[in-house]
Amino acid sequence: MLKKTLALAAMSATLAYGSAQAAAARDYVSIVGSSTVYPFATVVAEQFGKTSKYKTPKIESTGSGGGLKLFCAGVGVDSPDITNASRRIKKSEQEKCAKNGVKEIVEVKVGYDGIVLANSKEAPQYKLSRKDIFLALAKQVPGPDGKLIDNPYKTWNQVNASLPNEPIEVLGPPPTSGTRDAFAELAMEGGAKKFDDLKKLRKSKDAAEIKALMAKLGIPESVFNKKGKKVFKAVAHAIREDGAYIEAGENDNLIVQKLEANPHAIGIFGFSFLDQNTDKVHGSIIDGKAPTFEAIADGSYPVSRPLFFYVKKAHADKVPGMKGYLAEFTSERAWGDEGYLADKGMIPMPAEERAKFAAAAKNLTPMESL
Amino acid sequence: MQAVQASLKRRYAAERRFRFLGLSAVVLGLVFVAILFVTIISNGYTAFTQTHIALDIHFDPQQIAPNGDTSPAALSKGNYAALVKQALREEFPEVTGRNDKRQLYRLMSSGAAFDLLNRVKADPSIIGTTQRLWLVADDDVDMLVKGHFDRDLPESDRRVKNETIAWVDKLATEGRVKQQFNTAFFTHGDSREPELAGIGGAVAGSFYMLLVTVALSFPIGVAAAIYLEEFAPTNRWTDLIEVNINNLAAVPSIVFGLLGLAVFINFFGLPRSAPLVGGLVLTLMTLPTIIIASRAALKSVPPSIREAALGIGASKTQMVFHHVLPLAMPGMLTGTIIGMAQALGESAPLLMIGMVAFIVDIPGGPTDPATALPVQIFLWADSPERGFVERTSAAIMVLLAFLISMNALAVYLRKKFERRW
Repeated sequence: MLKKTLALAAMSATLAYGSAQAAAARDYVSIVGSSTVYPFATVVAEQFGKTSKYKTPKIESTGSGGGLKLFCAGVGVDSPDITNASRRIKKSEQEKCAKNGVKEIVEVKVGYDGIVLANSKEAPQYKLSRKDIFLALAKQVPGPDGKLIDNPYKTWNQVNASLPNEPIEVLGPPPTSGTRDAFAELAMEGGAKKFDDLKKLRKSKDAAEIKALMAKLGIPESVFNKKGKKVFKAVAHAIREDGAYIEAGENDNLIVQKLEANPHAIGIFGFSFLDQNTDKVHGSIIDGKAPTFEAIADGSYPVSRPLFFYVKKAHADKVPGMKGYLAEFTSERAWGDEGYLADKGMIPMPAEERAKFAAAAKNLTPMESL
Repeated sequence: MQAVQASLKRRYAAERRFRFLGLSAVVLGLVFVAILFVTIISNGYTAFTQTHIALDIHFDPQQIAPNGDTSPAALSKGNYAALVKQALREEFPEVTGRNDKRQLYRLMSSGAAFDLLNRVKADPSIIGTTQRLWLVADDDVDMLVKGHFDRDLPESDRRVKNETIAWVDKLATEGRVKQQFNTAFFTHGDSREPELAGIGGAVAGSFYMLLVTVALSFPIGVAAAIYLEEFAPTNRWTDLIEVNINNLAAVPSIVFGLLGLAVFINFFGLPRSAPLVGGLVLTLMTLPTIIIASRAALKSVPPSIREAALGIGASKTQMVFHHVLPLAMPGMLTGTIIGMAQALGESAPLLMIGMVAFIVDIPGGPTDPATALPVQIFLWADSPERGFVERTSAAIMVLLAFLISMNALAVYLRKKFERRW
């Protein structure tokens, strides 16, 4: 018995060693990154794997930030070739990449994703403005004297008299999520800008003016920054923590299920989940626009964000199948107006933009430094 | 006497109360288990069948092999999706508009075209013939046929449009829509199309991972247990080791994942997402369990056996390997199987080493990228498509079946080989 197990152990050890050597040259594309781009990238990968002689690329869902961290770790087979992102790469990330030898990065924008606020079909559809969203969800809102106070609103009709008398109960993504970043940037900032003092603060670059505005708004001195925009963001991005906003995890299916069970709640998630669950939930109208495929595509729906992937140019010739994958992703049958990615809920870019990024992917044009 | 009588009543009451509480705790536990099983099974059993639609496919030589070349490489280039589309167009000649046609083509899964390719490859003589074939339907059609979509809702609130429902109903009245056993669910790797997605890749990944785990953790665990129990002197060092093993058994599994990332991937440069690394991490995780169980099994062998062996002149090694180890083996195996069952259900440490990934190809060895069963469940639970809801539950059922049979095997082995002294 023992001899057998020892022999088995020795066998598997040699086997493992042998194949570890074989893995030194990778024969499949390794992709990491955003969980929002994951459903689209995986469809492309599967299609590519089935129709080409190459292996199907491996895609890990690590989140935008986690993906860029792995991507920027260096050049070589043990680092990923492509990272997906639901936001643009940051300057700091680009610098980190360059420091680790990843100097030439090709940026490809793939399409748009709408962020929807949806609730159960059993309750009436909400008609919100971005100002309503800011007032309902911000940690601090301008009070009657213009100074920021802790958010006092408990029901939607306190925020805006035309809204129903329902408690504010919003299920949304946690701070680690790219969806949350985009939501804060598009919806919360968009709402905060509707207040004159905050709007002036955002534009201001003059230290004295910023200090005066901060005093007027009652923002503590410690938040001060030379750029008014940074101070503005600190206010606009802070989401209330008194229980009205509930962090519901990264799983959007779970949010849909919770909305079904609780008609009083509103959920925040990506458009593709609304698209799949139109029989259970409906998306709130924001600034007069319902979250439809068309409204997001033409840019009139205010809360939509671009999706990207970043390619390590140094790997393009070394890893088999990489160029083929790029060609598949940027083909009209994938990301075109009627491509299969649109069927999966991704919003295509206008034709000129598609042509521009398809060319970048084909010629592997590195992006400029931010 | 009176005092005793009075207190007796109170003591009986206390006992009844305790029994009632204990019983209700058990019942409550069973109720939760029953609810879990009922929801999972009622959600998931439909995933074991898949809707197929019969279509009259004309294997048009123009689309498959325009040059008459029937080598497998040339056949792979054929446009099989066009064959499916043509069959649908002939079935519903009244559909003309571009958008309507697109909607019509969506009745069938993209897997239907690959199915045709495989049929032609297997038998090139069917080129030129027309055959009625059962092909895989799209996931939306599947959900519709299985009754997961409410037909009474207004059209705008449904994923399937009125036309699609009419087409499916027409085919159904002709007896050309049926549920077949879903073999793809067991043989395919992951897919983004629910009707093509299967647990084959995840099961293979879990298998390789457990193979590595058992090949490493069983001999190491047993050797460590034998040394600590039979040979090691009792001093401060062995006490320290014992305390640490017990502590390690309680360390959260994600910590082992972080350790694996740092040591096996970053330091030794082993490939990410490989079952080999997963197996190594799970080895670290299950080792304490196996050592503790093996030591308990060794302890339960009575000292008289050892003394008898030594008394007739056996060396200490002979005593251990000829007499004590065979008697302790059933207990060690039970501990190992329970440790393996634990490892099979683990997903947290795999997150850190890149095994939470979309992998279509079924792994052929321990260094190919792979996922594991619990990870596959996690990935499907997070997918937007409705078809994945039932598949998630079905995958949970398969995982539970594995876990229950492993635990049953452990119980069986214990019952069969257990010796009482």
